[in-house]
Amino acid sequence: MTLAQQLINLFAALLLLISFAMLAQRRVLTLINLFAWQGLILAISAAVVAWTSHQHHLYYSAGLTLLLKVLVLPWLLHRLIRKLDIKWDVETLINIPTTMLIGIVMVVFAFNLALPISALSATVTKGTLGIALACVLLSFMMMITRRKAVPQVIGFLAMENGLFFAATSATYGMPMVVELGIALDVLVGTFIFGIFFFHIRETFDSLDIKHMEKLKED
Amino acid sequence: MNTSTLLLQLFQNLLVLLAAPLLLGWVNNCRSWMQGRSAAGIFQPYRNLSKLFQKNAVLANNASPLFRFTPYLLFVSMWLAAAMVPVVAVDLPLSAAVDVIALVGIFALARVFIALAAMDIGTSFGTLGARREMLISFLAEPALLMVLFIASMIAHSTSLTTIAETFAHKQFVIYPSLAFAGIAFIMVLLAENARIPVDNPSTHLELTMIHEAMILEYSARHLALIEWASAIKLFAYITIGFALFLPWGIAEAGDWGALPLALAILIPKLAAAGFGLALLESVSAKLRIFRAPEYLGTAFLLAVLGILTLNLLKV
Repeated sequence: MTLAQQLINLFAALLLLISFAMLAQRRVLTLINLFAWQGLILAISAAVVAWTSHQHHLYYSAGLTLLLKVLVLPWLLHRLIRKLDIKWDVETLINIPTTMLIGIVMVVFAFNLALPISALSATVTKGTLGIALACVLLSFMMMITRRKAVPQVIGFLAMENGLFFAATSATYGMPMVVELGIALDVLVGTFIFGIFFFHIRETFDSLDIKHMEKLKED
Repeated sequence: MNTSTLLLQLFQNLLVLLAAPLLLGWVNNCRSWMQGRSAAGIFQPYRNLSKLFQKNAVLANNASPLFRFTPYLLFVSMWLAAAMVPVVAVDLPLSAAVDVIALVGIFALARVFIALAAMDIGTSFGTLGARREMLISFLAEPALLMVLFIASMIAHSTSLTTIAETFAHKQFVIYPSLAFAGIAFIMVLLAENARIPVDNPSTHLELTMIHEAMILEYSARHLALIEWASAIKLFAYITIGFALFLPWGIAEAGDWGALPLALAILIPKLAAAGFGLALLESVSAKLRIFRAPEYLGTAFLLAVLGILTLNLLKV
């Protein structure tokens, strides 16, 4: 096993670790920082994959990831929570230890699901597909279990990170056009979410999305 | 087993016995510096021990023989545990006799006895401390076992010396699962040694103490033995950490020439570990007691993740 392969495995494990840390995190501020770290590790691992497989377009993806997910999006989110004046209020629907236990079950599920798929793949990074899938599922669960809007959006962004990693590890990344499109979508999505946050708060005086379950006022 | 390995074992026994309070003194010193206090000097634990040994022991009227017997048992079992860990060399006769599971068993034995002794007098503090200790340790033990199993699966052996030897002399490979195991191990180390996120060793605040509550009734030589045993336990845990995660520099079997070098490498490793421990203790706040299960659950979860990644990545 080459050094690059070992490094990719290490980064994959770190991504999984950060996914779990996000799942267990109670503070919005730390959540955003963890998201930035996840982006950084994603960018480095994409660069390492690009270097070993000589896929030059992956360098652009890595650069894009670094710019967007480590600098721009966390900055945007930081600005958002400063304007909304929220730092602490991450509320979960089920308590955190239970969430973590469910998370472990999902990791087992994802690993078993990925085994036959990665057997078909011919890339050097095929072993990490299971981890990528686990990251996607964990972020998905984070979106489900959080009550407030901001952590849900961070969960959405983290899920996109997991998908990007899955694409990198299964097929050396998506075509450049698709990647650019997704990157733009995520950026625009975050802007729109930001505007939504203000609207939600103006209407309901809180960011708790359970207020949105009622369709009409009584 | 021949004379040279026996000598080595004796040397190691003396080393762990004498170096353990020094390590504790170093950790306390680092902590004082970081918190802006003037330090007591790294030899302070020795002074404490000698002071306690010179005093007359006071026993409660209703103390049973178990109460008097426990400090000796605690001291001997910790000493035995520390003697089995490959500290400077892997060629230890004692270490070949028992594996990591037995090591965890020895820690558990000592814990059961200290908890029994704490309840023996019948004070409410002792019972409270014993219950809390059992709560913490029954959650910490599976995490510790999982960490040890990860290392055992990689080295294909549950013997700590074989694990250390395999890691030290094999070609360098990055194991992502060991990264998980390392974090889980540090969390368990803090919990099991009554360190800050779970317990505070330097407080006698009744609501928060765990370890101190259990030994509240002990005095003089009994207390000295217990404190010494705690220092040896910390030393043992840190050297287990070295054996699992940083085994480089350990002397090979039968290689006496490498022993001074191994010692020379051990000292900066211990100093760095002590510094790191003090740093961790200074930057973190003590958890509420009801948060401790969550903390240890996280440690267990990380260790399980380590085993899962080990199976997935096959490294």
